[in-house]
Amino acid sequence: MRLKSLVLGVAATAIAVTGTLVTAHAEELYVPSLSYRTGPFAGGGIPFANGFADYLNMLNERDGGIGGVKIKVEECETGYNAQKGVECYEATKGKGALVYNPLSTGITLQLIPKAPVDQIPVLSMGYGLSAAGVGKSFPYTFTYPTGYWSQMSSILKYIDANGGLKGKKIGFIYLDAGYGREPIPLLDKLAPKLGFEWVGFPVAGKDMQNQGSQWLNVRKERPDWMIMWGWGAMNATAVKEAAKIRFPLDRFIGNWWAGAHADLDPVGAAGKGYLAANFSGVGADYPALQDVKKLVVDAGKSQTAPDKVGDVLYNRGLFNAVIVAEAIKAAQEKTGKKMITGADMRDGLELFDLSEVRLKELGLGGFTGPVKGSCADHEGGGSVFIQQWDGSDWKRTTDLIAPMTDVVRPLLEEAAAKYTSDKPGWKGQECG
Amino acid sequence: MFYREAGQFKTNYKADQAIFPILQDRIGLGIILLIAAIVLPLFGNDFFLNSIMIPFLIFSLAAIGLNILTGYCGQLSLGTGAFMGVGAYSCYKLVTIFPDVNILIHVLLSGFFAAAVGCVFGLPSLRIKGLYLAITTLAAQFFLEWAFIRTAWLYNYNDSGAIEVPTKTFFGLAVTGASASPTTRYFVVLAIVVVLTWVASNVIRGRIGRSWMMIRDMDIAAELMGIKPFNAKLSAFAMSSYYCGVAGALMVFMWLGAAEVESFNINVSFQILFMVIIGGMGSLIGCFMGAALIFILPITIRAAPELFGLNIGAATAEHITQLIIGSLIILFLIVEPHGLARLWQIAKEKLRNWPFPYG
Repeated sequence: MRLKSLVLGVAATAIAVTGTLVTAHAEELYVPSLSYRTGPFAGGGIPFANGFADYLNMLNERDGGIGGVKIKVEECETGYNAQKGVECYEATKGKGALVYNPLSTGITLQLIPKAPVDQIPVLSMGYGLSAAGVGKSFPYTFTYPTGYWSQMSSILKYIDANGGLKGKKIGFIYLDAGYGREPIPLLDKLAPKLGFEWVGFPVAGKDMQNQGSQWLNVRKERPDWMIMWGWGAMNATAVKEAAKIRFPLDRFIGNWWAGAHADLDPVGAAGKGYLAANFSGVGADYPALQDVKKLVVDAGKSQTAPDKVGDVLYNRGLFNAVIVAEAIKAAQEKTGKKMITGADMRDGLELFDLSEVRLKELGLGGFTGPVKGSCADHEGGGSVFIQQWDGSDWKRTTDLIAPMTDVVRPLLEEAAAKYTSDKPGWKGQECG
Repeated sequence: MFYREAGQFKTNYKADQAIFPILQDRIGLGIILLIAAIVLPLFGNDFFLNSIMIPFLIFSLAAIGLNILTGYCGQLSLGTGAFMGVGAYSCYKLVTIFPDVNILIHVLLSGFFAAAVGCVFGLPSLRIKGLYLAITTLAAQFFLEWAFIRTAWLYNYNDSGAIEVPTKTFFGLAVTGASASPTTRYFVVLAIVVVLTWVASNVIRGRIGRSWMMIRDMDIAAELMGIKPFNAKLSAFAMSSYYCGVAGALMVFMWLGAAEVESFNINVSFQILFMVIIGGMGSLIGCFMGAALIFILPITIRAAPELFGLNIGAATAEHITQLIIGSLIILFLIVEPHGLARLWQIAKEKLRNWPFPYG
C-alpha cells in the first residue's frame, strides 16, 4: 500500500512539474549549448560550457534577460562526438533554438549545410570552416571574432616582428583531424610569398599523449619556430616534449585552443615561456566577470568553482555568450519583437558590432579587440594577442595583432567558392 | 494458445521450407512492416525519424554484416568501422565522378568496393583463427583509417578533410543533403534495409550460408566434407563487407550528411560488435534487437529525466546513461549469454503453451 501511494505520488509530481515546465517555455529565448563535460576533451569543454551558461544566467539575474525576456540555456552533451552533436541538434532545434555553438569543428561541418534549411545560424567562434566567414557564400554561418587562417597570419606577423620570417623554418605540429589541417592551405600559400619554409608534424588523435616520434623529427628538422594547432590532452604533452628536447619554449606558439589553464596546469613550471594566441581577456578583473561571480557563481547558480572564473577557456565561453547576447539584442531592435526566431537571429549576427565603447558599456573594456560583422563579412575582423605562461599563470604580453586581411580574405573567398562549387543547390546571398 | 502452429498443415515442399512457416510469424512480421512503413512516418516527428529510426536501421544493417562474418562464419572481426568507411568514401567518390547516376545505385555499388577490400583483409583468415584474426582485422581498421586521412583524393582535396554530401534527387524528390526530408530518407533506408535483410536471410538458408556455418562449427570436418575454406571464408568476408559498406554509405548520405574519419573509428567497430554479441550471434532478428539496445536505449534514457520534469545536468544524464547501459549489458549476458535473440526464442516457446502450461 505504501509503495503504491509512493509511486502514485511520484507520478503526480512528475506530471505537475512537466506541466509547469511546458508553460515556462513560452516566454523565453532558447539558446541550446552543445557542451561536452564527458570524454577525452572534457578538460576544455567544461570551462567553456560554464562560461557560456554563466554569462547568460548573469544577464537573467542582473538585467532580467535581454530586452526583458529571460534566456534559457539548455545543455546537451555531445562528448565531442559528431554523431551525438547532430542528435543534440535534432533534439533541440524544434524548441525555438536561436543559434548553435558546437565548439567542435566536426559538429560544425555537419551543421553548416543544415543551417540554411532550418534557418538557425551557426556561430563557430574561432573554429570550424575558415571559409564560412564569407557571408556571401555562407549566409547562416559566422566565425566571429576571427577564423583560423586569420589567426595563423597574426601568429606569422608576431614571428616576423620578433626576429623576422624571411629564410626561417617554421615547424607546424597539429592534431591530424579536420581542425588541425585547416590552416595548411594558408601556410602553403604564404610560405613562398613571405619567404619562409614550413614543415608539418601531424599527431594522430589516438597518439595525442605519445608524441615522442614527432619531437624526434622536430629535433632532426631544427625549425626556428614551432606553431601548434592542438586540443585536449595533446597540448600538455607537446609542451612537455618540447621542454624535454630543450626546444626554446618562447619560440613555441600555440593557437587559441592550445593555450588554456587546463593545458598548462599539468606542465607547471616546466612550461615557462610557452606562448599562445588568445582573443578573450585573461583573468577575472573585468566588471562583467565580477557580476558573473557575484550574481551567479557565488550565489550557487552555476557549476563553476569560484577560482575558475577567469580561466582562459571560461572567458572564451563567456565571450561566446557575449556575442550571442549582443546579436539577440540587435535582432530585437531590428525587428521590434521581443521573441525572435532563428532567421531574426541571423540578421542580428550580421548587425553585430562590438566597438571599444560597447565593450566598456558591457564591463569588458580591453577584453578583446573590436569586432564588426556585415552581410559580406561573417568573420568580423577581430584580432588576437599573444599570451605567455609564466610557470603558474598566463600573462598577456602583446597588443592586439591584426590579421593580414589583404592576403587572407581572397584565399577565404576562393575556398568558399570551392566549397559551394560541387553543391548545385547551395544558396548564397546578395550583399549590397 | 494463440501462438501455436497446430492445424497449419503444409501440403508442398515450398510451404514447408518458407522463411516463416508459422502463420502467426507472418502476421507479426506484416504488422511490424506496416508500422515501420506507415505508422512511424505518419506519427513520428523529425527527431524520431532522423536521430532514432534512420541510424537504428543503418546500425542494424551493419550488425547484419558483421553477424554474417562473426555469427554465421565464426570469423571474429574488429574492422567493421573501417569497412563502413570504405563504403562511404567510395560512394562519395562515385557521386563526384558520376554525378548524373542515381544515388541509390551508387549506394548499392559502393558496397562492392568494401567487399573487395574486405576480401583482401580476409585473406589471413585462411591461416589464422580466433583472436589472432581479430588482431589482423584490427590492423585493417588502423590501416584504412590512416589511408582515409592520408589520401586527399578520397575527400576531393577538401581543406576540412571531411566528405560532404551534395543534394541528390530521386524522381524529383531530394533524398540526400540537408534539404531532404527525414521521411524521404527514412523510406529509402527502410527499403534498402528490408531488401538486404531478406537477401541475407535467403543466402544464409542456402548452400553458401550452410557452408559458412559448417566452417564455424568445425572447419576441419567441413573441409573433409568438401567445403573449400577459401571460398567459404572469403565469400563471408565479401558479403559481410558489402553489407557494412552499404551501411557506411547510408550512414553518411542518409543520416550524417558529412563525415570525418572519426565517424568510422574503432569505437564504431566495437559498438557494432556489441550489437551482434548482445543481440545474438547467428541471428538476424538479434541484429535489430542489439542495435535497439545499444543505440536507441541510451537516447531514451537520456531523454527520460526531462520527460518527467527532472532537471539534472546534461553531463549527469550522460553518466547515468552509461552506468545503466553498462549494467544492462552485463545483466543480459548473465541472464542469457546467447543474446536477446535467444531470449526471444525462449519467450516464443513459452508462448506456445501459454496460458495453459500443462495442457
